[in-house]
Amino acid sequence: MRLAPRHATLLLVLAVFAALPFLLPSSFHLRVATLVWVQALAAVGLNLLMGLAGQVSLGHAGFFGIGAYAVALGPRHLGLDPLLSALAGLVLSGLLALVVGRPILRLRGHYLAVATLGLGILVWLVLNSEVGLTGGPDGIQVPRLVLFGWRVAGAETWYWITGLALLLGVWLALNLEDSPLGRALRALHDSEVAARVAGIDVARAKLVVFVIAAIYAALAGSLLALFNRFVTPQVADFLHSIELVTMVVIGGMGSTLGAIVGAAILTVLPQALTVFHDYEHAVLGLMIILFMIFLRQGIVPGLVALLPRRAVA
Amino acid sequence: MDQLLQFVFSGLTVGAVYALVALGFTLIYNASDVINFAQGEFVMLGGMVTVFAYAAGVPLPLAALLAVAVAVATGLALHRFAIEPARGANAVTLIIITIGASILIRGIAQIVFDKQFHRFPSFSGEDPIAVLGASILPQSLWVLGGAAIIVALLWLFMEKTLLGKAVRATAANRLAARLVGIDTALVLALAFGVSGAIGALAGILVTPITLTSVTVGTLLALKGFAAAMLGGIGNPVGAVAGGLALGLLEALAAGFISSTYKDAVAFVVIIAVLFVLPQGLFGKRAVERV
Amino acid sequence: MQRRQFFAGMAAAAMLAFAAPGHAQAPIRIGSVLSVTGPASFLGDPEARTLRLYIDRINQAGGVLGRRLELVLYDDGGDANRARTFATRLVEDDRVIAVVGGTTTGTSMAMIPVFEEAKIPFISLAGGIEIIEPVKPFTFKTPHTDKMACEKIFDDLRKRGLTRVGLISGTGGFGASMRNQCLRVAGEFGIQIVADERYGPGDTDMTPQLTRMRNVPGGVQAVINADFGQGPAIVTRNFAQLNMGVPLYQSHGVASRSFIELAGAAAEGVRLPAAALLVAEQLPDNDPQKRVVMAYKQLYESTQNQPVSTFGGHAYDGLMILVEAIKRANSTDGTRIRDAIRATRGFVGTGGVVNMSATDHMGLDLSAFRMIEIRNGTWKLID
Repeated sequence: MRLAPRHATLLLVLAVFAALPFLLPSSFHLRVATLVWVQALAAVGLNLLMGLAGQVSLGHAGFFGIGAYAVALGPRHLGLDPLLSALAGLVLSGLLALVVGRPILRLRGHYLAVATLGLGILVWLVLNSEVGLTGGPDGIQVPRLVLFGWRVAGAETWYWITGLALLLGVWLALNLEDSPLGRALRALHDSEVAARVAGIDVARAKLVVFVIAAIYAALAGSLLALFNRFVTPQVADFLHSIELVTMVVIGGMGSTLGAIVGAAILTVLPQALTVFHDYEHAVLGLMIILFMIFLRQGIVPGLVALLPRRAVA
Repeated sequence: MDQLLQFVFSGLTVGAVYALVALGFTLIYNASDVINFAQGEFVMLGGMVTVFAYAAGVPLPLAALLAVAVAVATGLALHRFAIEPARGANAVTLIIITIGASILIRGIAQIVFDKQFHRFPSFSGEDPIAVLGASILPQSLWVLGGAAIIVALLWLFMEKTLLGKAVRATAANRLAARLVGIDTALVLALAFGVSGAIGALAGILVTPITLTSVTVGTLLALKGFAAAMLGGIGNPVGAVAGGLALGLLEALAAGFISSTYKDAVAFVVIIAVLFVLPQGLFGKRAVERV
Repeated sequence: MQRRQFFAGMAAAAMLAFAAPGHAQAPIRIGSVLSVTGPASFLGDPEARTLRLYIDRINQAGGVLGRRLELVLYDDGGDANRARTFATRLVEDDRVIAVVGGTTTGTSMAMIPVFEEAKIPFISLAGGIEIIEPVKPFTFKTPHTDKMACEKIFDDLRKRGLTRVGLISGTGGFGASMRNQCLRVAGEFGIQIVADERYGPGDTDMTPQLTRMRNVPGGVQAVINADFGQGPAIVTRNFAQLNMGVPLYQSHGVASRSFIELAGAAAEGVRLPAAALLVAEQLPDNDPQKRVVMAYKQLYESTQNQPVSTFGGHAYDGLMILVEAIKRANSTDGTRIRDAIRATRGFVGTGGVVNMSATDHMGLDLSAFRMIEIRNGTWKLID
């Protein structure tokens, strides 16, 4: 029973991913789709932490920023290849999550939220303030990615690369949900005490998923920076953290497909809302409220809940 | 010595505003479990409405009153049209609703008002008062005094009036409160209204010092939230203590350590405090409702 | 998935609404990406107002090359990634022939590669020197650089015999960039930066930083504040509150009347380098800029119901340089327009007299900056 939705998710993502390039009229649309994949990758990771394990992070953009700046700073200051730099970014991001995660994951609910918020702000502050190292608030150029002599360029190329990365991320996330760790996380989401009684190492389970979510975010950050070839500290700021959380919640916490849908909505919506000119922000705020009132479980679980009833009727 | 005193003045003035924002968070959290990220927008409304009413020729006290009324109405509307329809949704969903609301309020404000910075005159002139080699603005005394009066009034209301007791009962146990006949919906609306008023008052008191624009709310919500958590969410005393502590931390860090990393110092201290006291300085030891 | 397609479809529909067919009398499309909201809205808002205002005026007067101008303007909220997306949209979907805008250095730098690749002329409205150094074939800018602001201030300090200087800057793009440039060129003017304080976006009290500065061993002889918006007004007020007793210099980032209103009496005696626009009325009648800045100021203030700022002036300059170049090129081809912009000589704008060349894509020198002091609640030209 549980296998069905999992395969359905993967197939659905694959189908959309393969079909979109034929439907989208210009490379601008491909760029927006690429941004969706990148944001979705970070959101899928965050969903593991929030939806599966029930732990809130308001500083996730910090990890995103580490990944993004790794590909800018590695080549510049250490002479590393961009690809190697991206890898270093993932490791660094995971290590930071590992070191910081152990103590702060002891905190619960909103206290965890404020601790992660602080963590994100620390990362942003360093990226924004150390002008000599990071270029400061005006940002820094990122060298072009070269894979075995092939210069990676063009909107369509990046569409495929980021899309494949997302597919891989989705596949891993779906497998994780079904693994013993996934079951342990679901158990501690429902009740940490009960999970502990059942013999689950709650602290370790939380830490592992925190590290995984951080690596997802860092990979997304590296991809965005390589794709844009320019990065500013805004990728790591508080508003981006909030945006990632909003993607997960709007799409539906606990649903991997939901995280992708949430990322798509928050990325595409601002492009569509430009027709409202000055009213853009007001409409965006209103739409977030309406989504949450009418599909309070999130879009994907909300719509899925509607389906069986119709089937029965 | 005079240097330290100057930092303390600065920290207390800024901290008093954080404290009032944190108090707004606390009131709404107690009544509804919602962390209201639109709390900063009440402060913005307080300042901006006063600015525009005053510029239109309304006397300052009346303009301020109008601003409070607008913020209260906004708070009530937020509850009635955004929180109430989503009753029963989980805490994170409600938080996202308040984030949506803050984007909406800011979006409307930047159409109704403008995108410039504004201020109106200080209440008692601009001449700084010298105290032991440090100097403090009369308006800072207004901020500190005003915050103290708001806290005192709130305490009296909670402790001495029947309605206030109903609020406390609802905060303690919503189901039990309903069972003894308390209109919890009214209490909820009240919490949003009063939070709006407190936010607006903070905005009015502080605008002559800090200036205001439609964008000031976001950062205040962030700092107020951090202050509320430092103090221990749900405890009004904690909110005030957390706010003042955060303000002082920032000022002392800027003065003695590094102005670039003062926010970092503040957050490191907050995280350190939470390691030792996972429920904040004055937090309830009760298990969190998830 | 239906949801997603729905939204993708919605976006596509919205974009189609912009994509008019390209027949002969189609309007000439000029693109713009500005930070109309967000932390830089203080700059982006007057820029957007100016572009809208003057495009309407040009159309009323018959347009350019017999065709109407059409402005396609997007708000990036100050976010570089979003700016880049809108830049792609301007090129790919809106098919603009040139772009004026990019409010901050960060958003401009993010957009440059897009326009360079598409060979579309881009006139940035941001201050950072890296926008035009090294020179990029299709990228220009109209505002003075922050390096020039530092030089102008240091020059004035040298004349007054002041060498020990405290620097206080905002951590936003403008402040950080100017801080960097000031630290770099201070030595050339014999200036010693003895204190280097910063404050964050939205900070509301800078007395701790200024107190520290006052207690620097040996003291400071003057203070420079690099930032725009709310920060400088607060620094100026704190400066008066602490009775610092040395000259205070602000940057061209406060060159808007609202600064004097916000800082109040504390602004008395503050000096800043700024464009002639601020002191339009005080310019001698034979000043080449007099007519242009007076006309812009009067039109802006009478239609927008707010005081003029030099930021809107940069947008005016950018648009006019572009329009004149299109006329001279007698073409809407990107490379031809670029060549014409590059050939701009003696263009009189609000920011100064512009002389572009293949190696200078800004075309302003230090003479474009005037040193201004605030006296009796108004700007006073002092050199």
